[in-house]
Amino acid sequence: MTPMSEEELAQMVAGANGPLRIRGGGTRPIGHCAGEELNTSAMRGISLYEPGALTIVAGAGTPVAEVQKALAAENQRLAFEPMDHRAMLGTEGAPTLGGMVAANVSGPRRISVGACRDFMLGVRFVDGQGNIIKNGGRVMKNVTGYDLVKLLSGSYGTLGVLTEVSLKVLPDVETTGTLRLHGLSDRQAVAALSAALGSPFEVTAAAHAPKGPSGDPVTMLRIEGFADSVTYRADRLRDLLKVYGEVDVAVGDGAAWEAVRDVTAFADQPGDVWRISAKPSEAPDLVARMEAKAVQYDWGGGLIWALTDAGRDLRAALGAFDGHATLIRGTADVPTFQPETPALAAITAGLRTKFDPRGILNPGIMT
Amino acid sequence: MEMPAPDSRVLSRKAQIVARLSEILPRDAVISDERETRAYECDALTAYKCPPLCAVLPASTKEVSDVLRLCHEMGVPVVPRGSGTSLAGGALPTADCVILGVARMNDVIETNYDDRYIRVQTGRTNLSVTGAVETNGFFYAPDPSSQLACAIAGNIAMNSGGAHCLKYGVTTNNLMGVTMVLMDGTVVDVGGAHLDAGGLDILGVICGSEGQLGVVTEATLRILHKPENARPVLMGYDSSEVAGQVVTDIIKAGILPVAIEFMDRPCIAATEAFAKAGYPMCEALLIVEVEGSDAEIDAQLKLIMEIAGRHNPVELREARDADEAGRIWLGRKSAFGAMGQINDYMCLDGTIPVSSLPFVLRRIGEMSREFGLDVGNVFHAGDGNMHPLILFDANKPGDLERCEAFGAEILKLCVEVGGCLTGEHGVGIEKRDLMNVQYDPADLEAQMAIKDIFDPAWLLNAAKVFPLEASLARRAA
Repeated sequence: MTPMSEEELAQMVAGANGPLRIRGGGTRPIGHCAGEELNTSAMRGISLYEPGALTIVAGAGTPVAEVQKALAAENQRLAFEPMDHRAMLGTEGAPTLGGMVAANVSGPRRISVGACRDFMLGVRFVDGQGNIIKNGGRVMKNVTGYDLVKLLSGSYGTLGVLTEVSLKVLPDVETTGTLRLHGLSDRQAVAALSAALGSPFEVTAAAHAPKGPSGDPVTMLRIEGFADSVTYRADRLRDLLKVYGEVDVAVGDGAAWEAVRDVTAFADQPGDVWRISAKPSEAPDLVARMEAKAVQYDWGGGLIWALTDAGRDLRAALGAFDGHATLIRGTADVPTFQPETPALAAITAGLRTKFDPRGILNPGIMT
Repeated sequence: MEMPAPDSRVLSRKAQIVARLSEILPRDAVISDERETRAYECDALTAYKCPPLCAVLPASTKEVSDVLRLCHEMGVPVVPRGSGTSLAGGALPTADCVILGVARMNDVIETNYDDRYIRVQTGRTNLSVTGAVETNGFFYAPDPSSQLACAIAGNIAMNSGGAHCLKYGVTTNNLMGVTMVLMDGTVVDVGGAHLDAGGLDILGVICGSEGQLGVVTEATLRILHKPENARPVLMGYDSSEVAGQVVTDIIKAGILPVAIEFMDRPCIAATEAFAKAGYPMCEALLIVEVEGSDAEIDAQLKLIMEIAGRHNPVELREARDADEAGRIWLGRKSAFGAMGQINDYMCLDGTIPVSSLPFVLRRIGEMSREFGLDVGNVFHAGDGNMHPLILFDANKPGDLERCEAFGAEILKLCVEVGGCLTGEHGVGIEKRDLMNVQYDPADLEAQMAIKDIFDPAWLLNAAKVFPLEASLARRAA
């Protein structure tokens, strides 16, 4: 089913007799889900873009690329740097705004500016009974009633089908600088990244690959802004980090950050891919326990991407920790999302039942 | 402002309720004497007052849980209270409620500079969170103007903002985890020292739920290293349209100041009479602040001054030193006090798309004449969060009602132009009955359904946020 409008979508959901599998661009098939396909791609188009107010409103089916193009024309961008999953998951199609929001997809810049959900200003959606609901709006500060905007962001379609989203955007930058350190252990690397992120020099990305492109460890930091400012901060960071070794500074190098963002290093590697959010200082210990085939750190160590043998339950190796692990690509017969504590699971189940009493929206995805 | 009639079944059991609470709390943590409960009769929306049945001041999550479990068992309504600085009546009691104050829970539990967070009990004040980390060069970014007094509990309940949120975001963008006690006493941990939710973003809906879903007792907050320096510029224009254009041009030029504050003529006049900050008398005054190293600030300010200069400013003043910076901020920071010197005032906080600024200011001016009440506008221009201050005389019969009617018309106007009723203060009781202006019944039903999950009996702060007739069936059940 491909509804042409929100009203038509509402009727389809209200009249559905069985499970619905919601699809935007189909580029992020995470989790297990059966059911009739409900395709949101026809509800597309930018309905409002005010560069001076840093606001854009568009249909959920709008390709992310279309939004990025419109923003680029005004020298603005989606600052949370949404990941493109296609290479890593081997999918085709065009990622949509609705899919990006439903999965709360961010990238390396999440560590400094916030996640997709932090840029969400408003949503319109259809709940599991076919009610059309709006929340938030198109202004940057809004505390009018409960924040369903955050709740819907990252809900993977299980509370409602998004039809329209409003987002805060930010100015693009004049210059990007990339700093690299070589040969650090995971623990040294996370310490170096923490030192940089805890400085006043506005680091906008902080990643570490124990096996970089050449096979040796590479630790990367990004700074952005006006050219003089980038030069100044690069110098200061070089001083700050000299205890960890020599720092190379390159201007630009967007491709290296795209590779971090999209985890392309795992693209053509067999095995399962896990995404682990953790306390940065605990990340090296977690990695030591994983016995993964390969790992990549982002967010100063707070995000670990792990490539493991197919079918393994990585959570068993991790044990209890401050964070969560999600199976992004894989065959393991385990819950896709981190099991919640009983108290939290009861709230989650209650919310699902309220918003989708028949359990027809993407059933099985967030388990 | 209508409040539901107190439950006589609760009022008649006051002695029993107080006795039961005294069994589970230290003696000095239960306040039931009528002279003392009066200290909790209102928050910063002082036009409305009602002493509670009693007040309790638990000192731990365990005690909060015990209190809530008992009140749940006995069917007693509870109103949580941080420091009582809500401008929206978020902590206004009902006569049949127990006020649960978190003021005794103000410890720092953990600071972690490597992972950049602090964990505190939520009775701690906003400014003292920064106070706990500033010797290491760090700060907690959300800075509501009541930050000296307001508690983190209230900041989370209202999703508070501040003058610097254009760059740093509001509370929800700086909150990583909470420990929350539900009305039935269940303790829930949500989030932690890691980023983003592992399942549904429950933390996202807790933040800004105005104390209706649970009592947050502990919070993990993101801390940041302070910028090397910050410096403001002041600019005056003879029309608000032009000032609005300057704001737009600055943002479109790719500069993201940490703050852009706006004051109109009535506000400048009041402020000058009060604080003598040396502001120019003009229609619109902007304060723009940027951060970074001195060299970075110079570079950004050069661009900003160029843009500002293109629009024929009546005044353009860059702070050359800390003293001058202080004077530029002095007037803005004393604006509320200055208006208060003239008369009683009501402070609104509707938010509008920045592009609608000139139209909205013009309409507010017209309405000011229609209602016969003066109004001054102070506002966070970068994000469209307005703060019209309506002056009235609380001792003059009918003035408060006229002021509220005027305020309601301003908020309706904000919604009409694509904005919202409240940008950072919350709905409370103040905007409760205007929620229908912004939301359809289905929208409100979806929000109330969330409260049904967390607090099925609707005992927690129940007469707030939703129009009374919309929540009636739930509250009466």
